[in-house]
Amino acid sequence: MTVVLNQSFTGISIGAVLLLIALGLTLTFGQMGVINMAHGEFMMAGAYTAYLLQQAIGDAGVSLLVALPTAFLVAGAMGALLEWLLIRRLYTRPLDTLLVTWGVSLMLQQLARDIFGAPNVQTRAPEWLTGNIGVAGTTLATNRLFILGLALLCVLGLTAAMRATPLGRRIRAVVQNRDLAKVSGIATARVDRTTFFIGSGLAGLAGVALTLVGPIGPTMGTNYIVDAFLVVVVGGIGRLRGAVVTAFALGVLQSVLEYSTTVSVAKVVVLVAIVAFLQWRPQGLYTLRTRSLA
Amino acid sequence: MSEFIVSRRGLLTGVGALGATAALTACGAKTGSGTSTGSGATADTSGDTVKVGLLNSLSGTMAISEVTVRDSLLLAVKEINAAGGVLGKKIEPVSQDGASDWPTFAEKAEALITDTRVAATFGCWTSASRKAVKPVFERHKALLFYPVQYEGLEQSPYIFYTGATTNQQIVPALDYLKKQGRTRLYLVGSDYVFPRTANKIIRAYAAANGMKVVGEDYAPLGSTEFGTIVNKVKDAGADAVFNTLNGDSNVAFFKEYKSGGLTARSLPVLSVSIAEEEVKSIGTQYLEGQLTAWNYYQTTPGAANTGFVKAYQDAYGKDKPTSDPMEAAYVSVHLWKLMVEKAGSFDVAAVKSAADGITLDAPEGKVTVDGATQHVHKTARIGRIGADGRITEVWNSGGPVKPDPYLKGYDWASGLS
Repeated sequence: MTVVLNQSFTGISIGAVLLLIALGLTLTFGQMGVINMAHGEFMMAGAYTAYLLQQAIGDAGVSLLVALPTAFLVAGAMGALLEWLLIRRLYTRPLDTLLVTWGVSLMLQQLARDIFGAPNVQTRAPEWLTGNIGVAGTTLATNRLFILGLALLCVLGLTAAMRATPLGRRIRAVVQNRDLAKVSGIATARVDRTTFFIGSGLAGLAGVALTLVGPIGPTMGTNYIVDAFLVVVVGGIGRLRGAVVTAFALGVLQSVLEYSTTVSVAKVVVLVAIVAFLQWRPQGLYTLRTRSLA
Repeated sequence: MSEFIVSRRGLLTGVGALGATAALTACGAKTGSGTSTGSGATADTSGDTVKVGLLNSLSGTMAISEVTVRDSLLLAVKEINAAGGVLGKKIEPVSQDGASDWPTFAEKAEALITDTRVAATFGCWTSASRKAVKPVFERHKALLFYPVQYEGLEQSPYIFYTGATTNQQIVPALDYLKKQGRTRLYLVGSDYVFPRTANKIIRAYAAANGMKVVGEDYAPLGSTEFGTIVNKVKDAGADAVFNTLNGDSNVAFFKEYKSGGLTARSLPVLSVSIAEEEVKSIGTQYLEGQLTAWNYYQTTPGAANTGFVKAYQDAYGKDKPTSDPMEAAYVSVHLWKLMVEKAGSFDVAAVKSAADGITLDAPEGKVTVDGATQHVHKTARIGRIGADGRITEVWNSGGPVKPDPYLKGYDWASGLS
């Protein structure tokens, strides 16, 4: 029983990381159709922001809390800049966005290498995030709980913003039918940029969360970008609910398989399961109904 | 979606190969004008300097470890140059980045030998990178000095191994655990050559020595998800973990280990790839009390080590620790110098035949080159990681151990290859 509980928690914590990374992508890839290969590098920017703040502030707890909003702004600003410089010219050509953002991602990796040096760096976790809490015979690692809480907060915040704010309504309108939204008086260009800002900002938050579990390096983004796209595609492109369900399902599936087999076998089985699932439901778990013709 | 990554790497390799081909063509005219008389690779020793290659990962997942080895190699070169060089020639180091990518290592090795025309190359860390460059050095009959402990079961006529082989590190580590009464082992490693071979050896040892391997898990190199592995370790009823993870996967593993509630007291981890530099970057709060097996620690007593630590810290900073692979790398350059001087030539064949019996009073104590295996006699040491990040010795073999890369001296190892 303890095994099941422990593994479920491990799976949920893997899911929380996946979810945090994929959340921003559901906006930029899902809602806007931009295949943003630089999403992982925005995450890296968030992680390095946390690192720099810790160097400047010293206290691990304070710097972590300051890092969350700062990383959101830094990564968000980078995203908005990328949108303004390049992506806004490519909205009708999704495959070109892949090539362009891939190039940007390579440049950002090299930039990070030049600024921070090639070796990976680490942040110190605050004391209260290095221990664990015992619940019903299982041990829940506090850093994982923190990431889970952060992921859930982001989901709630994003849902609320999309449902209840004028901006959210405008974003949904642009996604469903860009032309109609435009003639209705919505400044689609500004909505696009804001959406990209939020999506990239969420990647920055994910980057801060990842500093709690592993090292920070120029290539850390590439380790996660594939998983993030998988979550978005399987969940149903542009569906927040799909991303949430898929992230946790893949996390738990991965951890259960890992426990009974090995890491590599688990990865293969998960990929095969995803391929099989997409054969059966190419549109993903949830689908978005739109009035647009495309 | 993983095709993106594959095609990305494929593209890069392709571009790299084009670049290398262009470079080779451009330098083709120089080939054959060297003064060396040996067949195969010809080092360019016509000028006042002799070039040597430094081949380390300066980027990627292994950079955390390999950059320090490069720094240590440069220190040795600087010292030798300050003392007048080798055979009257100053050493000119040419550093290349293997980028934690094995095909890149092979390409850069090829370029160092045929384009830069180095007299010898120093470097590599992972066994995968060594296996990738081995055929290159053998084809060109060029010399590689490899400074890291490894899994043994290998002997190349063109590689000098100055780190420990298994009977100088892993076997003594297992002897130590057995003496401590820790007989139920859980094996955790990165998924590539060294950990898989090391664990094969550990299993053979365990079977012959009344120990039991209660679990064995591998994570991809660079992996940062260790939740499940830590849970499995907890449930397996082990009384020690034998850790062969490499690079910064260790950061994620030990963070997970601590937050999973495991400590050095409840379930000690013995690591063979974590030295002082890694301890510093992983964080001592995660490592205090854990065990390591090496031949050298920064705290190893002796005048040679005091001088080495001081020289290194003067060059790279007071807070920089020294470690076993750094020391073995530093020693390898000095050993090469002694071999060249004994041979009176940079010629590879002459250097190789001069190697046997070359002795150096190294920071780790006396080391002697064994000409037959091209390995080095070294003292085995077990250490415990302290709260200050230093590693203190808790056991040593009492003197240099003769290298035995194929474990011929052990009956239980007869089936291994």
